[in-house]
Amino acid sequence: MQEAAKKGAAAAPKGRIEIDFERCKACELCVPACPKNCIEMGRRINAGGFAAAVFARPEDCTGCAICAESCPDVCIEVWR
Amino acid sequence: MTDRGKDRFTKKVYARPKSLVDVKSHFCPGCHHGIAHRILAETIDHFGLREQTVGVACVGCAVFLYDYIDVDVAEAPHGRAPAVATGVKRAQPDKFVFTYQGDGDLAAIGTSEVIHAANRGENITVLFVNNTTYGMTGGQMAPTTMLGQKTSTSPYGRDFRKDGYPIKMAELLATLEGTAYSARVATSTPAQIRKAKEAVKKAFEMQIKEMGFSIVEFLSTCPTNWGMKPLDAQKRVLGEMSEYFPLGVYKERKQADFL
Amino acid sequence: MNVAARVEQRVFMKGNEAICVGAIAAGCRFYYGYPITPQNDIPEYMSAHLPTIGGTFLQAESEVATINFILGTSASGKRVMTSSSGPGISLMQEGLSYMAGSELPAVVVNISRSGPGLGGIAPSQGDYFQAVKCGGHGGYRMPVLAPHSVQEMYSLAMLAFDLADKYRNPAMILGDAIVGQMKEPFTQTPYVPTVSQEKPWALTGCAGRPRQHVKSLYLKDNAIEVHNWKLHRKYLKMQEEEVRYEDYHLDGAKIAVVAFGTAARVSKTAIQWARREGIAAGMLRPITLFPFPGAQLEEIAKRVDVLLVIEMNTGQMLEDVKASTTFHDKIRFLGKPCAMPTPEEIHGELRKLAGRGR
Repeated sequence: MQEAAKKGAAAAPKGRIEIDFERCKACELCVPACPKNCIEMGRRINAGGFAAAVFARPEDCTGCAICAESCPDVCIEVWR
Repeated sequence: MTDRGKDRFTKKVYARPKSLVDVKSHFCPGCHHGIAHRILAETIDHFGLREQTVGVACVGCAVFLYDYIDVDVAEAPHGRAPAVATGVKRAQPDKFVFTYQGDGDLAAIGTSEVIHAANRGENITVLFVNNTTYGMTGGQMAPTTMLGQKTSTSPYGRDFRKDGYPIKMAELLATLEGTAYSARVATSTPAQIRKAKEAVKKAFEMQIKEMGFSIVEFLSTCPTNWGMKPLDAQKRVLGEMSEYFPLGVYKERKQADFL
Repeated sequence: MNVAARVEQRVFMKGNEAICVGAIAAGCRFYYGYPITPQNDIPEYMSAHLPTIGGTFLQAESEVATINFILGTSASGKRVMTSSSGPGISLMQEGLSYMAGSELPAVVVNISRSGPGLGGIAPSQGDYFQAVKCGGHGGYRMPVLAPHSVQEMYSLAMLAFDLADKYRNPAMILGDAIVGQMKEPFTQTPYVPTVSQEKPWALTGCAGRPRQHVKSLYLKDNAIEVHNWKLHRKYLKMQEEEVRYEDYHLDGAKIAVVAFGTAARVSKTAIQWARREGIAAGMLRPITLFPFPGAQLEEIAKRVDVLLVIEMNTGQMLEDVKASTTFHDKIRFLGKPCAMPTPEEIHGELRKLAGRGR
């Protein structure tokens, strides 16, 4: 945790994603796709019964959109 | 959802393609049909073809193409999509015509139709999604099922002495004179997804330039019927499936020189 | 001014070719097919003529592919035709069911041969059940027209296109080797459309409108039931509006032949001979096999002593005759499964029924 905080302080995030909580089917494909490990599986269950992925470490996001391209349900939007 | 991100980062660099209808898909978690659909929609948008396109849906999980891709779509009987597409293209040569077919549809019941459409050099584009099983009917053995793979109709594993070998459609269709473009891609890593998109673009270009038949085979996953977690299913594609079904471009016509 | 429109040309042609002339007159510019005897004159004529008028002829790899080419071109909003014979029509049943379910018009010609299986190429009416009851899955109907002359091969081809468009449904012409291969003069009457050819449902790209689909899959609750009743109402409308038949000397007749196509053509000669001898014979000739002129048949059954059903099979339309009338004791049957009955045979039967010696 401390390390992540340090990294976040050193370099400001270059982008941001939004994961559509209701559309996510918790397939986890976006998790290893993110080169900065910004995404984790969440605990909250959506209406479909899935524990949707969450944008856990926004401080490292570069807005590269690789997560969005890997998502079979097209539920990630990316801003830079 | 927080709006903070939008405030700081105002340029949307990734959003749902225009030709992909804004609805939740019926596909199982981790199924790569969603990725192939998105690539298809992005490519339609890239070439600005949405209003000039007629798609042909197959029988199987991909039949609901018309719920997701915002273009006119005809539904073909099982395996007959290339024949239906032929009828559409001959009647409307100015339209962009594609089929979207699974491996049971294209590589089993529809082999005759796809081989002859390719051999005629029919100016259509085929997106072929190979997940080595009949997904919609409950994971039965397909002609693409790997040797040893257990399915609901090969419970002891596919045995070549009984069931023959997994059929390699991209290679087979590349041997035909009428085929302008044949490639096999996968969508299990970000790099593969980018390459897949390039292949689909190439296939579209072949039709736009009237070069003849084009096909892109996707190595896809079926986590549900394979009994695997989506990430393990991707590992299977990267491992044994890619070994038997090598990725690559098997044919690419450089100019419209029909011999 | 169009020459064809000004002068009603008298031409001498094979029945199979007359179908092509009628189809082209009705605006058909797309033909797909696969070779099979005894209908090859149709693809041969179309392959020679369609390219010269901006049309498209394409030979498919099978009848399975053919009917799906047809499906695609019909979905594009164009008039399109195919032809085949029994075994090939069998292979088209899947596509015909899909087209009926997807509400797609097209004209399908069956110049039938004798079966089952590879059977023979002799003229036969053994495909009556397949055509009239519809051989594909799921329960659907289609108009079935039965020409008995080259003139009708021409005119019913034009009608078939109108019926297909009117009902958004495949329409079939059921002939055989005799009406197909026979050459005789016919009058090339101009095509007068009876339906609009506007097809706003066609898949032409979604420019300026929402996307639309041609499909037959209905999975949502109750949707397939709603769709089936909608199709059924169409079939009822066909039965109300499309019954066509010929009344041949039925006025005062005591023996009514019931026959279609080639069997009816031959029966006419025998009836003429019988009438010269004072035998009160006539004929009800169904021109539409579906819808079947059942009500007309029942009216005639009331008046006559005998209904002589003549078919080039072992009794298929016979079942529709029985279903249409309560006078089953008046029904007699003359069947020739793999050959044309001769006028002499039919004449002999009429004499026998009239109580005359040979």
